[in-house]
This record gives sequence, structure tokens and C-alpha cells, in this order.
Amino acid sequence: MADTGNSDAFVAFERVQKSYDGETLVVKDLNLSMPKGEFLTMLGPSGSGKTTCLMMLAGFETATHGEIKLNGKPINNIPPHKRGIGMVFQNYALFPHMTVAENLSFPLEVRKIGKSDREAKIKRALDMVQMGDFGGRRPAQLSGGQQQRIALARALVFEPELVLMDEPLGALDKQLREHMQFEITNLAHELGITVVYVTHDQTEALTMSDRVAVFDDGKIQQLAEPDVLYESPDNSFVAQFIGENNTLEGTIKEIKDGLALVELDDGEVIDAKPVNVNKPGERTLISIRPERVEVGTERLGPDAHTLKAEVAEFIYMGDVFRTRLKVAGKDDFIIKTRNSADQRRLQPGEQVEIGWLPEDCRALDAV
Amino acid sequence: MSKLKSTGQQTADAPTPEDAFHEAATYEDREKGKAPGEKSAGPVLAADGTPLKRSLRRALRVQKMRALMLIAPLLIFVLVTFIAPIADMLFRSVENQIVSNTLPNTVEKLEGWDASQEGAPGEEVFESLYSDLFLASEAKEHTRLGTRLNYEQTGLSSLFRSTGRDVDDIGEDQIDALEDFNEVWEEEGFWFNLMSGGQGAEKDTALVEEQRRRLAALTGDDYDAEIGFAPGAAISDLLPRTARAYTAFALFTVVDDEDVVAEEEPWEAVKVALIRELRAGVDLSGYDGPGAAELRATQDMVADLKPIEFKPAFLASDEDWGTNDIWTTIQMYSPPFTSGYFLNAVDMEKTPQGPEARPETQQIYLMLFERTLFMSLVITGSCILLGYPVAWLLANLPMRTANLLMILVLLPFWTSLLVRTSAWKVMLQQQGVINDVMVWLGIVDDASRLVMINNQFGTIVAMTHILLPFMILPMYSVMQTIPPSYVRAARSLGATNWTSFWRVYFPQSVPGIGAGSILVFILSIGYYITPEIVGGTTGTFISNRIAYHISSSLNWGLAAALGSILLVVVLVLYWAYDKIVGIDNVKLG
Repeated sequence: MADTGNSDAFVAFERVQKSYDGETLVVKDLNLSMPKGEFLTMLGPSGSGKTTCLMMLAGFETATHGEIKLNGKPINNIPPHKRGIGMVFQNYALFPHMTVAENLSFPLEVRKIGKSDREAKIKRALDMVQMGDFGGRRPAQLSGGQQQRIALARALVFEPELVLMDEPLGALDKQLREHMQFEITNLAHELGITVVYVTHDQTEALTMSDRVAVFDDGKIQQLAEPDVLYESPDNSFVAQFIGENNTLEGTIKEIKDGLALVELDDGEVIDAKPVNVNKPGERTLISIRPERVEVGTERLGPDAHTLKAEVAEFIYMGDVFRTRLKVAGKDDFIIKTRNSADQRRLQPGEQVEIGWLPEDCRALDAV
Repeated sequence: MSKLKSTGQQTADAPTPEDAFHEAATYEDREKGKAPGEKSAGPVLAADGTPLKRSLRRALRVQKMRALMLIAPLLIFVLVTFIAPIADMLFRSVENQIVSNTLPNTVEKLEGWDASQEGAPGEEVFESLYSDLFLASEAKEHTRLGTRLNYEQTGLSSLFRSTGRDVDDIGEDQIDALEDFNEVWEEEGFWFNLMSGGQGAEKDTALVEEQRRRLAALTGDDYDAEIGFAPGAAISDLLPRTARAYTAFALFTVVDDEDVVAEEEPWEAVKVALIRELRAGVDLSGYDGPGAAELRATQDMVADLKPIEFKPAFLASDEDWGTNDIWTTIQMYSPPFTSGYFLNAVDMEKTPQGPEARPETQQIYLMLFERTLFMSLVITGSCILLGYPVAWLLANLPMRTANLLMILVLLPFWTSLLVRTSAWKVMLQQQGVINDVMVWLGIVDDASRLVMINNQFGTIVAMTHILLPFMILPMYSVMQTIPPSYVRAARSLGATNWTSFWRVYFPQSVPGIGAGSILVFILSIGYYITPEIVGGTTGTFISNRIAYHISSSLNWGLAAALGSILLVVVLVLYWAYDKIVGIDNVKLG
């Protein structure tokens, strides 16, 4: 599931554990390795241990057990200021008593870089985030988005190879956030830096990252590329956490030729792809993405199992239609259909037949 | 913030229904086809045609009044118990009406006297002094004046007291002769008749009013009571001094002694005035009022008497009256306002040649001011040094530990100031805990125990301890608002622990240091109890001297002047602090 120690990895967590109180583990046996230049996002609900991992990497928390390696060398005992890792904080942490230029100059001064070099680097960093004219301002005179850019410039100005970002866009409004997501990814790829990005926003994680590590309960639930994560979640937590998801509860009847026959709780039987279920009789949670549900049987195989459903609600959302159905005794089954010219709008109360390709329907562990 | 606000349309802090109404109204005006330029010419109008500013003010007035009512109790309290006493103190430091109130005639006569002459002024000044001092000694006010003038020149207090006793005896022989000549001069009824001019005579009420004011100024009491006497216009015209003296006597008899004028024999001063005026050759030929015959007869008699001479009489009572010093002092302190207290407070004195520095042996206050400022600075400095780490710990420890520490910080607040200070006495004295421990450890020899109390060291130690919470609390509340992410950011940017503290954390904690320093410095500059108990002679503050003048020497004027200087020093320092550091940089959290 997760990578184990890899000598080529730029950043590696090896069997890392963390406990604050000596009674519970906040991070449980974390193994993770990432190559140079990767944009990796740690995604998870609050309290899942993702920020703790980031802080251990930055050096502000010490691992209770295990080893963290940077460029092949263990860094557990190296203090934060010697790690050379750039970091962008949630509230930006721009020094309020310094101007923007002084803020950017700070990491260069402590590295004893000459004045002319410093000025050139500051200018380049500010230009990089399109804030060239703001060097003389104080952080309080800047808007949230501008502060964000400065924080980014400050983390990059001393040319670190690894940059950590702790929910850097959390305080921005939606439009600005989307814009900054785009800018940060572009910048990271242009500069070829390695980024570890922490967020609880799954859209952000999916759009920005090369790989996403989904955290829950102190463990990485799944580490994969965004599309894999979305389309082939390894377990029901990931399926639920990433994107919209329909679930149906049932019991495995039979597993044969890579297909599982699942008997739903109301007695109906459907096909599903077994993911982490092993034997008949096991309880399972069936997961189907709303956009993969077919209404009618035209596009399904001749022997595909279908379910009867009743339309409960039709919601017009512009580009898509969202229809809520009553299926197998539950009334929160959502389907999404594209608003194309030939698409029929379902009416509430209408009886329809729904089905899906077996590979879109994943039989996961019952929570 | 203010920038953001100025771009908004509303001047009020929050939109209210009235705002919406005004907005709608101005909008309507615009809709009614006004030319675009027309609007900018005049003030913006509300719907009813009044200027918008005025309607807004009116709308906000109720709120303002309500707010004012809420703070009214405190405002009144502060005015009565704080502002008024300070104003009174400032007034007292220059007020000097006691001299002109007690010796009005003397002061007037002295105006023309040239103090650079040798010796005392002439007879006529002494004559005024006699009448002023007689009245003052009757009212027992002469000792107060003596005490007041004694601040400026030692010996004046006893001079006034002894002369006040002797003043009754001046002109004794002549009065005896007068009374021997005719018994009527001992009769209350005759005097009353003579002075009031008899029934239905024209009265000189102006004189009564004048004497009422004079006595009121002298004693500070009210002399408005009805006394059943007014001098006759004729006699007042003829014998003005006698009439004045008798009127004063009459007022005093009724108001202070609560007797009837017609039943009391007049003062010696009245008789002395009569003898003087008769001897001066007043023309009695036109007078036909009561006692005219007796007056004429007496005038002939007194002409043969020895003249009453005041100057020799005063010199006989105390020869100091003949010295130049005394009269110079009296003349210098005659005006109702004086800079004397302030000059005194900065170790100077008034001389006829202008302010001069006192002799070195008498200088004390400048040194005390300097010491007070110096020690307050040292105390503030040691509070910063000791308090900063504690405040840092408070702000950065986990909640539970921080609370415990906070209780320890606040503990001194729950102990009486006196107890804490006395505890330091126990700790620091030569047979005290610290000395004992050091002797026991062999650090100090038993014979040379350290002197740590009743000097500056003791005061600084005890006051640092007492004022420490005032430093820690503002620093703590400022430090609490500094998120840990700043230091983390600094360290992630490559700064060492020290650099991130010094360049990132410390500058942000400066407002707390500023607030604490102002608090501690201003508190310590006026501190009294602790230096009084542990300060000895070298560790006392200016406040101890102020307290001494308030409660022991009773020189309130000087105490007020010292207090005013202290107040000004604090204000100047505050102003300087604002200029250098900026008061905006002071935060209490």
C-alpha cells in the first residue's frame, strides 16, 4: 500500500510514529517516499496526522519512533534552521514588523549572503510571484492573496529544494484560491522543486498534485495519482472522502473471475469489482460514482444486473443534472448526467432502471 | 482599517435604518433630475432639506447621550475625586493669600517700602501692623501666618506668636489715662451709643460690609450674620479708624463670641485708634452726635499724653522687628500668588534680587528628584530583566502549567503591601535570613555582614519585587498574541534560535515591554510606603518628602509644588516616550 524505504527517494519517512501524550499515536507507522521534483499532497480530515507529519519533516516536532530522511540522510537530529526546507504557513507568518523586502531578505541575511546578491534574489523572487512593486510595503497593508504570494516568495527566495506548505490557501476566497492553486503548481514545476502540500480540500489535492496521500487515523489510507485515487479508491474511507460517492450495503455471495456477486440488504443482486473483500459472506460497501450510473440498459451488457429506482428529486445545476433516487431502500442515491441536447430530464415519481459496468462498481470494506 | 472605512459611504460605524433612509433620500434627489454638477456645489441634503451632516448628527445624538449617561457615574467620580484634588493641588502650589488676608493694611503700606534700605520700615507701617495684628490675634490667625512665613524664614513663627501676646499691651498707659480721665470710656453702652450715632442716625453700612469681607478673608468663616450695629455716618466720617476698629470688634463680638455689642467693652485697639485720632487734632467743632461733649473734653486731655509709638513698642516686644530680613520676607510674600513654593522645591529661594540657589547645605529636593528618577529607572530595568523570561514562559507553557505560574505571579497581589515590604526587612537586615545564610556558608564574615536594607539597595530590591507583576502582566498579554508560527517561520528560513528570538520575537514583544515599563516607572516614581519602610535615609523618594510636608511640617504649598513638579516630570516623560517609541506601540493585550 505505502512505499517502503527507498534509497533513491528524496524525502522518505521510514516507520515513523508520533505520540504527544505517550498514550495514543497521532501518526501510526508512516512509510512514505517521494522522488525529487514531485508535488505530493497530504490530504485528510483534521486530526488525521497530516500536519504532524509536515511538522516532523520541517523539524518542529520530533518523531517518537522511526526515521525521516532527506536526500538519503537522516534528519531527525538536525534542527529546523539547518534543514534548508522552505515553508509556507497557514496564516503566512509574515513578520509584521518588517517590510516585504525585509521579510524576503531575512533568510538570505541569516545565510550571510552579500547585499547585492540579496537584492537580486529578492527582486527575482518578487517578480516570480508578480509582486515586484510591493517590496516597501508592510504585510498588514497587503490583501490576503498578496500576503500569500509574499509568503510563497519568502519560502522560495533562498532556493530550497524542498518546500512545505501547510494549508496555504485556507484563508482565501474560492476564486483566488483556484487561481493560486494554478500558480503554485506552475511555479513548482517550473522551478523543479519538491513540494509537500497539506490540505483538507480534496479538489485542491486532486488538481494540484502529482500524487496524493490520503490520511486518516494516523495512517496513509492510499497514496496514488489523483485519477487513480478517484477512480479506484482502495477502501471505503478513500471512496467516501474523495469526490461524491454512492454507497450500498450488502453481503458478498460469490467471487468469481474477478467479479463479485453482491446481495444487497433488500435482496437484489448486483455485480461489483472486489477490491478489499475476500470471501463470500463478508459484509461489503458498494461504491459507485454518480456519473458512472447508467439510466436504462442500452449501454450495459446483456447479463448485467440492474436495479429498480424511483426518482425522488431532480436538480438542475447548469452543466449537469443531479437526480436523487430511491434505490434499495435508501433515498440518497445520486446520479449525475451531462446536460446534453438529447438528455432526458427525469420527473420525480418516475420509475427507472439503473445499472453500471461492473468495473465502475467497487466492493469495498464495510465500515 | 481607517483607509478601508474612508472609502465606504457611511460615516457611522454600523449601518442603521436611518442610514438607509438617508441614502434612499439622496438617491431620490438625484432621480429628480438635478444636474450632475449641482450636487457637488452645496452640502449633501437629507430628504427634508437639512444638511445630511446635521441629520446624521441628530440621529446619533441619542446614542451619544446614552453612552454619556453610562459613563456618567465614573466621570463624576473621577472629576470629584481625581481631577478636582489635582486642580486644588496645582492651585495651592502658587497660592499665597494668607499674608494679604491677615495683614491687609501692612501689605498695602509696605508696597512703597524699599527693602534695600537698612533696618525696618517707618512708624506708619508699624501702625498698620498693630491694627492688623491686633485683629489677627483676636481671631487667633496670627500663628497661622507665622507658620506660613516660617517656611521662608526661620524664627518668624515664634516672633508672631510672642508679639501676638504682647500686642494688647501697646498703648497701655495712654488707655489707662483715658479711662482715668473719664469713666465713660470703660462703659459699653456709651461706646455703643457713640459709635452707632444714636437712634435714627444716618448709618455707614459700607464700612460694615467692608469689615465683613475683611474678617471673612482673615478667618475663612462667614460673617454675614445680623449684628445689630452699624457705625453712624457722622462719627465714621470724623473718626474713620476708630469706627473701623469698633465695627470689626462688633462683628467679632457677635459672630465669634456670640455676645451683644452694646454689652461688651471695646478692644484696646479701638481705644488706641481713638486716642491717635483725637491727638491728630481732628476737628470736633461740627459734631453734635452722642458723646460730643465727652469727646471734646477728652481731646484736650489726650493732647498732653505721651504719644503712642508703635515701632518702639514692637521692638520692645521683639527686637527682630527692627531687622531688615523680616520685613523683606513679609514684603516678598505679600502678593496673593507666589513662585516661592516652586523655587523652594528646586532648592532655590526668593530674594529681593530675584531667585537664587540655596546654600549647598540646604539643598535637598533636586537630589531627591534625581534619586527618584534614577531609582525608578533601575527598578523598571530590573523588572524588565526579571519579568521578560517569566512572561515568555507564561505565554508559551501549556495551559495547565501556565495557570499555575500565573497564580504564583499574582500571589503578591493577594498579600498586603505592608506584609511584603516587612518581609523584605526580615530577609535583608543584618541579622536577617540572607545574611545569616551567607555567614553560615562562610561567604561573608560574621563581623562584616552586608548592609542591604535602609539604603538604595533595599528599596530597589523590595520595589522590584512589588512591581514585578505590573511588568509581567502586560508583557504576557502581548506575548500571548504572538503566534508561535512566526518563530517557526524564522527557523524554517534558516535562523538560529537566538536570531529568530532577537529579530522576530523580541521586536513584536516590545509593545508589551513599553506598556509594562510605563506602568512600573510611573508607579515607582510616586511610590511611598516601601521606600518609607526599607529606604532608610539614602533610599527614600521624593514622595516621602511630600508626605512629610503634608503630614508633619504641614507645608502644603511646598508639598503641592513638589507634587506638581512630579506630575510634570511624568507628563514630560510620557510625551517623550510617545515621541520616541509611539504610544500606539503600547499594548496591554
